[in-house]
Amino acid sequence: MDDMKDIYLLIVLAPLLGSAIAGLFGKYIGRSGAHWVTIIGVATSTILSLIVFKDIVIDGAPVFNETIYTWMVVDGVRFEVGFLVDSLTAMMMVVVTFVSLMVHIYTIGYMHDDPGYQRFFSYISLFTFSMLMLVMANNFMQLFFGWEAVGLVSYLLIGFWYKKPTAIYANLKAFLVNRVGDFGFLLGIAAVLMYFNSLDYADVFAAAPLMQDMTMQVIPGQDWSLMAVIGILLFIGAMGKSAQVPLHVWLPDSMEGPTPISALIHAATMVTAGIFMVARMSPLYELSETALSVILVIGSITALFMGLLGIVQNDIKRVVAYSTLSQLGYMVVALGASAYAAGVFHLMTHAFFKALLFLAAGSVIIAMHHEQDMRNMGGLKKYMPITYWTMLIGSLALIGFPGFAGFFSKDAIIEAVHHSEIAGAGFAYFSVVVGVFITAFYSFRMFFLVFHGKERMDEHTRSHIHESPWVVTVPLIALAIPSIIIGAIYIGPMLFGDFFTGAIFVLPEHDVLGEIGQGYSGWGGFILHGMQGIAVYLALAGAGAAWYLYMKRPDIPTMFKEKLSIVYKVLDNKYGFDDFNEKFFAGGSRRLGGALWGVGDVKIIDGFVVNGTAKGVVWLAGVLRNLQSGFLYHYAFAMIIGLLLLIILFVMTIG
Amino acid sequence: MIQLSDYLIVSAILFGLSVAGIFLNRKNMIILLMSIELMLLAVNINFIAFSYYLGDTAGQVFVFFILTVAAAEAAIGLAILVVLFRNRRTINVQDMDSLKG
Repeated sequence: MDDMKDIYLLIVLAPLLGSAIAGLFGKYIGRSGAHWVTIIGVATSTILSLIVFKDIVIDGAPVFNETIYTWMVVDGVRFEVGFLVDSLTAMMMVVVTFVSLMVHIYTIGYMHDDPGYQRFFSYISLFTFSMLMLVMANNFMQLFFGWEAVGLVSYLLIGFWYKKPTAIYANLKAFLVNRVGDFGFLLGIAAVLMYFNSLDYADVFAAAPLMQDMTMQVIPGQDWSLMAVIGILLFIGAMGKSAQVPLHVWLPDSMEGPTPISALIHAATMVTAGIFMVARMSPLYELSETALSVILVIGSITALFMGLLGIVQNDIKRVVAYSTLSQLGYMVVALGASAYAAGVFHLMTHAFFKALLFLAAGSVIIAMHHEQDMRNMGGLKKYMPITYWTMLIGSLALIGFPGFAGFFSKDAIIEAVHHSEIAGAGFAYFSVVVGVFITAFYSFRMFFLVFHGKERMDEHTRSHIHESPWVVTVPLIALAIPSIIIGAIYIGPMLFGDFFTGAIFVLPEHDVLGEIGQGYSGWGGFILHGMQGIAVYLALAGAGAAWYLYMKRPDIPTMFKEKLSIVYKVLDNKYGFDDFNEKFFAGGSRRLGGALWGVGDVKIIDGFVVNGTAKGVVWLAGVLRNLQSGFLYHYAFAMIIGLLLLIILFVMTIG
Repeated sequence: MIQLSDYLIVSAILFGLSVAGIFLNRKNMIILLMSIELMLLAVNINFIAFSYYLGDTAGQVFVFFILTVAAAEAAIGLAILVVLFRNRRTINVQDMDSLKG
């Protein structure tokens, strides 16, 4: 086992080392030095992760759960750094390191002319380290460390172009919204620590069933189920990180960052940390139907309503961002329906095809000289064949075209929700089914606007459009392959096999995947079964509608926009979440701060305490000064009066 | 027959007058000096009265000392006054307020 421990340490530390070298010595090692050192670090992690994956999943090695380092022991509670490596972790490790490696390579092309080249490589390697720490944690403290560290790197990377005011606004927004979520997350961890007196996953999960009927009183007189409170608090953290309504507002704005990190952090890995966390905590969530219902409803709202917003966006990256939000909603719905495996499966397929879509969008952006408005694109198919085909693959995977990766995972989620009997499942089923149509519609709207139709760019740009260099296209191809095949390969073992046995826990009465699995007969059968459902046809209808409306009759969308201007306005304002936050929370905080400053600081502290003391001394001195007239006869008078008083006192006391 | 208390009352009246002279006087510095002399004389009367009634001559000896000191003091006081007048061109008590901070 000892050699495995070294491997795990190396997986985590190689990107950190690369990041430190690129970050601290970037000036000395130069641009190529920076990308070589970080790519070698991440490539090491990727290869070792694949070895670990083979070891754990294919060869069935025992689960590794050991403490590496004890940070401190306080009152019997141990704060440790440790690794828990089971099939769930191994899968996440492969996804994270593989996508990260692709993004590293891609960045060489995308950031080619950027002055912050070394800094960028340092950040994304640091991100890989943080994310690995998060997924490999065997205790809540390390989970929280990774959680915050990825948040920090996300903040740094959204504001990577720190001279751009919108980027600074966006990264501050991301950080603040995540703080709201993290507050819940921290309270959840605190509740775990309070009732379980341990931060170790294994201890907590073992003790959880005993606590099932326990209640706690947050408001006196109100008994709340402990498991529901812990589950919901932890889920609030996941809502922040995985951008669920109403804490989703930061994700679309995070597109201000460079495209490679949109792919890595804001689509493939970091935002799925919430999904991973809930799946990891499945032994806790299984004990509270309340928490599961909350998750289900929040997820379905996100899946449906965030997808709708994608329709009205004109920025190519924002369309992909809203589809990410919507797909995260799908994953959360799966978690809420107790189909954790389906959620994690969708996480994996989504990581590949969404990273692919983002990188392809980035490739388009490079060709368009950093123009992101789709209204100025069109007809790019003949200029950029590799980008075109990979983007098509990504889009087909996203809409769930039969046979592509997204089809298996999305269809599994829809089926699972259909079978779920938990409160809110009806609404969730409606949301995910309608969501399929919407996803297909906006995905292919983007696809057609960018690659087909009239060439709407200006003459100067058109003359410069060419396919991106190989560092960009190789990652696209490398991501396109799993986007096609990974679903068919892993649907069997992951959803209906024993891939996650021991890692994910589902109560028998919640086991919707088991129910579906009874009729499962290979991935081909799953496709045939899917063809009988409504979802596939909705997806095709969505793509067809996009083709008809944006290629055949582009006048209809314009007409819609005019006729249904109210609907359009609501969508364009993103349901007013931003305005509300801006006015209510930000404005309210500013007013509260202003009031506290005006009353507390200016009036009480400065006015009364500080200046008041000085004024009091001045006044007292002014009074006392009158005693000292400088006239001798006043002093003599005072002496005599004093003498008289003393004599009177003397006589009175003696007498 | 004149009583001891009669002398003491005279002395007290003289002392009171001199004290009043010190702080009621707003004009002339010389009056201040005269008041101080008067104060000493009031004390001298006390000494002599007690000396006579108690039959102890030490009190009368003391009076001579006091008279001597008073004479010297008056001389110094007038000298200071002259210097003061030279410096400030006035001996008005109300102008002498440089003691205040």
